[in-house]
Amino acid sequence: MSRLYVARNPRVAARSLDGEMMIMSGRDSTLFTLNKTATILWQAADGATPLDEIVSTKICGEFQVEPAEALQDAETLARELADHGILQISEQPISLTTTGESR
Amino acid sequence: MLPPTVEAERLNVVIDIGGMPVRLNTTDASFLEMLQERYSGYVGSSSGNSAVEFDVELVSRGTRSFDADLQVTRLQDSWVIERGDFYAQWEPSTRRGRIRQVASPYSSDALLRIVHTLVLAEMGGFLLHSASAIRNGKAFLFAGVSEAGKTTISRLAPPDVTLLTDEISYVRKQGERYIAFGTPFTGELAKLGENVSAPVETLYLLAKGPENRIEPVSSGQASRSLLANLLFFAEDEELVQRIFHSAFEFVSRVPVKRLTFVPDARVWELIG
Repeated sequence: MSRLYVARNPRVAARSLDGEMMIMSGRDSTLFTLNKTATILWQAADGATPLDEIVSTKICGEFQVEPAEALQDAETLARELADHGILQISEQPISLTTTGESR
Repeated sequence: MLPPTVEAERLNVVIDIGGMPVRLNTTDASFLEMLQERYSGYVGSSSGNSAVEFDVELVSRGTRSFDADLQVTRLQDSWVIERGDFYAQWEPSTRRGRIRQVASPYSSDALLRIVHTLVLAEMGGFLLHSASAIRNGKAFLFAGVSEAGKTTISRLAPPDVTLLTDEISYVRKQGERYIAFGTPFTGELAKLGENVSAPVETLYLLAKGPENRIEPVSSGQASRSLLANLLFFAEDEELVQRIFHSAFEFVSRVPVKRLTFVPDARVWELIG
């Protein structure tokens, strides 16, 4: 089974405030507030770390869930975020050149 | 011998909102008069400098749908602002542009709002869906969606309060501070705000309720509410990022609180 890579879309604006990650799409100005899991995924989405590694190192420990179940949930979440244009997903590593994120 | 050329007289009006004078050049005296009346209190000296200047050409409605959706897009070095009743092109580097529009105050109003949002976005400021008023030399903003109480709280203001707007607030960043200016953009009150300004003291998020009270809100909630109430029209990633970060900057410098109120004048005992 191929591995999945995720990367923050550099065309969105993002800020973390009081533990909440807020993201605004540069495409249509839609504002998203990420929950804790999605925030971890967003912050770890560097395009180089495979999703399963993000899940095992960042999510399983935090939420004490089974790796297989956590990976399935993370894949669903990553695809949802990609549908909104705020994450990029690929079966190859993704070059993360610029980002609108700050703080 | 050629007949003498008749050249229409060039007229202009300077509409000074938020200390950002916009000059509109026209050859139509009745259109000029309409603008002078509509923006009474905001008409600046026609010999003074302007931050932005437009040549206005008046057109009939033509074949385009009057209700066509608004589009604000960047085209190379220019902004193109287009709706059924107007088309404008504006070059920020020269601060000059041209407008083709129907002779309606609503078209002029919409264009002015959009141009101001574009200019303000570059400077860390914004237009906000909120009432605003000055009391004791300090400006207070009252943000909320339709029916949240913007017009109500404006109507309840006591005599020592100077109303800046009951609908759209004009906020500029000056150094470390934010300054609220009066605007001619009115809501249900249909009364132009006073053309004065003051430093912003507090942004209140309005809600109607059974009693008057002020409560703190988290920075996240404050930012979300501010972003939800910003007027922003451009489909442009760079500008979206800029206004997004401007909202967070504002929240980091200006207290944001929730103001729940019953619709009577006692709410103003809590403000100022």
